[in-house]
Amino acid sequence: MRYIPHTSKDVEQMLKTIGVSSVDDLFSSIPKEFRLKKSLNLPPSLSEMELRTEIESLAHQNEATQYTSFLGGGCYQHFIPTIVNYLSSQGGFLTAYTPYQPEISQGTLQTIFEFQTMMSRLTGMEVANASMYDGASALAEGCLMAKRIHPDKTHILIPQNIHPDYRAVCQTYLEAQDVTLIPIPYDSKTGTINLSSLEKEASEKCLAILVQSPNFFGVLEDLEAIQKICKAHEALLIVAVTEPLSLALLKSPGAYGADIVVGETQSFGNPLSFGGPHVGFFATRMSFVRAMPGRIVGETVDVNGERAFTLTLSTREQHIRREKATSNICTNQALLATRATIYLSTLGEQGLKKLAQWNHSLTNTLCEHLKGKAKIKFTSPFFNEVVIETQSPLPDIEKRLRDKKILGGISLETYYPELKNCLLICTTELNTEDHIKTLCETL
Amino acid sequence: MTKLIFEKSSEHRSACDFPFVKEKNSIPKSLLKESNTSLGLPELSELEIIRHYVHLASLNFNIEKGLYPLGSCTMKYNPRINEDMAGLSGFSNLHPYAPQDLVQGALKLMYEVEQWLCELTGMSAVTLQPAAGAQGEFTGLKLIRAYHLDKGLKKTKILIPDSAHGTNPASSTLCGYDVQKVPSNSIGLLDIEQVSKVLDDDVAALMMTNPNTLGLFEENIVAIAKLLHQKNALLYCDGANFNALMGQAKLAEMGVDVLQFNLHKTFSTPHGGGGPGAGPVGVTEKLKPYLPLPRVIKEKDFYKLETQSQKSIGRLKGFYGNFGVLVRAYTYMRAMGQEGLKKVSQMAVLNANYIKHRLKDAYDLPYNDRPCMHEVIFSDKKQLKHSIKTLDIAKRLMDFGFHPPTVYFPLIVSGALMIEPTETESKEEIDRFCDAMIAIAKECESNPQKVHEAPHTTPVRRVDEVKAARNLILTYQNPTTR
Repeated sequence: MRYIPHTSKDVEQMLKTIGVSSVDDLFSSIPKEFRLKKSLNLPPSLSEMELRTEIESLAHQNEATQYTSFLGGGCYQHFIPTIVNYLSSQGGFLTAYTPYQPEISQGTLQTIFEFQTMMSRLTGMEVANASMYDGASALAEGCLMAKRIHPDKTHILIPQNIHPDYRAVCQTYLEAQDVTLIPIPYDSKTGTINLSSLEKEASEKCLAILVQSPNFFGVLEDLEAIQKICKAHEALLIVAVTEPLSLALLKSPGAYGADIVVGETQSFGNPLSFGGPHVGFFATRMSFVRAMPGRIVGETVDVNGERAFTLTLSTREQHIRREKATSNICTNQALLATRATIYLSTLGEQGLKKLAQWNHSLTNTLCEHLKGKAKIKFTSPFFNEVVIETQSPLPDIEKRLRDKKILGGISLETYYPELKNCLLICTTELNTEDHIKTLCETL
Repeated sequence: MTKLIFEKSSEHRSACDFPFVKEKNSIPKSLLKESNTSLGLPELSELEIIRHYVHLASLNFNIEKGLYPLGSCTMKYNPRINEDMAGLSGFSNLHPYAPQDLVQGALKLMYEVEQWLCELTGMSAVTLQPAAGAQGEFTGLKLIRAYHLDKGLKKTKILIPDSAHGTNPASSTLCGYDVQKVPSNSIGLLDIEQVSKVLDDDVAALMMTNPNTLGLFEENIVAIAKLLHQKNALLYCDGANFNALMGQAKLAEMGVDVLQFNLHKTFSTPHGGGGPGAGPVGVTEKLKPYLPLPRVIKEKDFYKLETQSQKSIGRLKGFYGNFGVLVRAYTYMRAMGQEGLKKVSQMAVLNANYIKHRLKDAYDLPYNDRPCMHEVIFSDKKQLKHSIKTLDIAKRLMDFGFHPPTVYFPLIVSGALMIEPTETESKEEIDRFCDAMIAIAKECESNPQKVHEAPHTTPVRRVDEVKAARNLILTYQNPTTR
């Protein structure tokens, strides 16, 4: 076995040192009647060559990757510069554990410190943590944190145009807490949160209002108006961002006075990977930092006074505080945060802005090409995703598109029965104008 | 001192070129950033970025540099082919919302991972959705809660041994339970009497880590499971230490109802400086209806995602779990095969016992009346006589080119040094490690100051963690506003 170095001579010598006669003797504390007598019903081992063929054939069966795709909805295809893979696969980043020993983990610690800095700057917040599992669980953790800040309040307003998975995860996380999630409808004309419903449901019981912007329909929310409603009821404004590239173009949530900004960082140098692993980010005000979940890296010095980094504020965390911890999170998504940091360094100040503008321009191009074949469903502005309503039935169109090897978007009827024949289309820099033309012609 | 990437930035330098694209804008100006607003991102050339991060990577100890005996973390070799396979375009460029008939390879892989995990443990079904061990624990507890609520039973408490990981009580709180600690007995195990003393109708489950964090097999598992079941309580097993059990015994047969796996430990996906992991949860038949959705099911030769079920606890994360980690785990499982996985556990346990015997004279061994499993726990009792504590020993090990063991955990051993070598370390490497440990023990007598001031050879010297927590600097502030 190529990953296990023991020769029979090694085993013999080691057993002799231990003073037992067989490896089996070492398992004597497992009750005898439960020791397995026959071998597991699993396939035999494979050589590396066989293994590669086997797994490659599975990958090959995923024909979707050979299609031109306009799928988004919280998971975005973007070009990944070569050096992101190269640098993140360095053994030092790839195969190190959580940086519990700072003296030999400065690489991870400094990179995460850079990640925290970049994410806090992009969101316009004072502090960001070292990462969460994904955007959906980050939003749920945001709700739990808001509850810690306002323990006596019980309501959280959750608009229906937030990503369905994000809403479902919030439901799961909050089910055992003293919190009621109150759904808020979207405005069927604009695609944004129905502000009069929001105002109606907002009360002094309300501990937080959740907003996704751009929302699941790709539409930008009126954060200024929503922040005012939050302020009037002393509720926290929690903003979720599933497409962080939008932060390069749009006014930051922090600039609108958001209290907690969470979301997905997959777009920054991380592959689609069938929906995971992705990487959540979590940013907030400095005054809330002790209520924050997850790991945080801080700057300090070593005994020689040299700058050094270390995990800090661990007294919030499960390994110290146990049942009183701010979260149960332990392992996070550090490698993907590392990739995001390298990606953001590579695109840099100008590159990220240009890319965001490029994505948005392509969505505008798409709208130009629609020419009466389908109508744009919602009137509010979008970033790189737009909902269209088709004239002919969507299943027919999807079939025609598949004949041309195109995945045209996400059919919204699955999540919103009222949105019949509505397709959520995403354009990124990986979609050419030709792709877009073909898509529109086929509608 | 290594500069931060922001400190190396030069205005207008760039590491990326984009083709010219005609700008079209449909967003009202009031929603846009003002054009001169800085994002605060650095500006460097490609080579500068490579040098920066190659240098940072070199500052990290990692499994490819040497033995990494962190107890309960299972730092085994991460086969490089796993990375190649997860990076195949057919997996990495696969969108989760692609039609199911075009993602059959991915669904099949997920289905197979579930089958392997069931066969290894005797569980009836496994959800692959949880992102990591702690989220797996939360999932398992949610399943238990749903099961009891469905039966009309209102249970409020979780029993947790005093040797458990901190995630166990934290996950219990998140799930709305009160936590009751159960003390381990003098030989480091849960005993039947102690459990029955605290077991009442309010108890929903006991969370047992098996092998436990003292590296010992909880041999009363069967009797404890029976006791729990009599009270309609369930046995949850934290599978963080599953690396010791493959091919040896099946936990479901011993009465475990819910079991979480840490794929990134046992099934060798790299830890990435803290993640990603994957924390699948296995259950017995009676808990199956409550599993999170979606789940992969097989109908004839077609794999599909089941999205509807009356009793499901719902969703834990977006999409279908950390699929890329599942690809790595599956690649590893197929590489090892059934006999390979069995050998993993055998050699992991052999290595730990070998270390135990080589170091038992130099270091205090608090639990020494039976073989250990995959890890062994020492304490600093002998070294304290020379005013050297566990932290000093850990730091001194760095100078010898090894990562320290897990320290000060489990909490029930004062000054614990928890050593888990894993099966991928050779006898020679383990001997080198033991020699270093013995040399340090001698140094504690002959030159304690040197140990106390360690590490001496690392990129930075001992780091002031107190200052970090007192004077919080969590982001970089540019010296001048840009």
